Amino acid sequence: MRALVIDDSRTMRRIVSAALEELGFTTLQAGDGQQALDLLESGEEVDLACIDWNMPVMDGLTFVTRVRANSAWRDITLMMVTTESEHGQIVRALAAGAHEYLIKPFTPDAIRDKLDLLGLIPAEEHV
Amino acid sequence: MSLTQDTFAFVADVVRRRSAIQLETGKEYLVESRLLPIARDAGHPGVDAYIREVRAAQREADLTQIVDALTTNETSWFRDNTPFSALRTHIVPALRAERPVLDTLRVWSAACSTGQEPYSLAMTLSDVLGPGARFDITATDLSERVLAQARSGRYSQLEVNRGLPAPMMVRYFTRNGHDWQIAEELRRTITFQQHNLLDLPPHGPFDIVFLRNVLIYFDLETKRSILSRVHRVLRPGGFLVLGAAETTIGVDHDWERVPVDRGSVYRPVQAGAVPSPRPAPSTLAGVVPGTTPAPFAPATRPGLARPVTASTTTTTFPPTRTRPTGSAFEQGVTR
Repeated sequence: MRALVIDDSRTMRRIVSAALEELGFTTLQAGDGQQALDLLESGEEVDLACIDWNMPVMDGLTFVTRVRANSAWRDITLMMVTTESEHGQIVRALAAGAHEYLIKPFTPDAIRDKLDLLGLIPAEEHV
Repeated sequence: MSLTQDTFAFVADVVRRRSAIQLETGKEYLVESRLLPIARDAGHPGVDAYIREVRAAQREADLTQIVDALTTNETSWFRDNTPFSALRTHIVPALRAERPVLDTLRVWSAACSTGQEPYSLAMTLSDVLGPGARFDITATDLSERVLAQARSGRYSQLEVNRGLPAPMMVRYFTRNGHDWQIAEELRRTITFQQHNLLDLPPHGPFDIVFLRNVLIYFDLETKRSILSRVHRVLRPGGFLVLGAAETTIGVDHDWERVPVDRGSVYRPVQAGAVPSPRPAPSTLAGVVPGTTPAPFAPATRPGLARPVTASTTTTTFPPTRTRPTGSAFEQGVTR
């Protein structure tokens, strides 16, 4: 499984990537939505994208909308990972096409639980 | 730092007498890690000193706190997932097939801790039974402390992050300061009560009993006795759901294992019937004359664009006559 971690904070990219690698993912990273789109357009294939909301150049919500508008990327599972925690924002992200929403701060277990919901935990990880 | 034998023996004895949970040798680390914060709060450098004071003072509150600390476990929403998808795809359809006019569905969530399991059950049942769903859930735990939180229906940010699907979160929760409050309509469906699994079970009969990650703590005799109590309050044709690492096999012969999805559920064998030595594929074939069991179809998960890995079982089930997995809302907003 391959995951794209999109966040303008290097520290946050590292934390999310480490949690995903612990679960058997390989990861690649982007500092904003545009960089992430460029990676996808260049042919990088990913199963999952973890997306921050507030980023320069292109925010996470716009990225989600752009990915959903392209049927070639319909199999990518999209999970917002953000400090934005208003009820209305979660609704907006889901309406735009995000599958899941994880609010910062979170524990590595929380990432695991969410991926389990999404059916993205490799079978051998199940007890 | 390690515990003295004496401290461990005392704690193990208190826990066993009050909860029947066996803390075997080798669990010293558990006693140490769970009791150290309490010992420090009470002004002691370590668990040994704290236990010396507890033994001298003989206060009920200390003993309750110790049992609480050692018997309550972290829990998450839709924990392990499989039992909840089994509820949607197999358990409710089978109950419906056998009782076409399904009156109020009764569920017991045993050892419910801070309430995530009964609320997850309520969310799933509301969804799968549809508008006007009639069900009630009895949720029990040994600890009044965890029940108080469960009753309040109020959860921290960190708690709602644990396994709660986002579509369920926006549907059933509202923000309350830094916390999240569960909807009253769900809270109303659950009765929380303090209960020791070794006492008489809550008033049945139930259609479904969730007893997960509890039996692992008990010795064989106690497991057997708990299972026989559950058997008594489960309606014929009802379902028992255990934890992923638990089974009735080799413990109690009054149950038949039914493989579903990635796990198993159990149905009571009726008195006088001879339990089959192997799980019978037909056990779920509802008594609906003229229906042909359809091959098991893998469940799709809410908010997921593709089907979950197919089960490896070849068991057949009655046709699922219910709506597709996931509410219209989930499908509308996430696909």
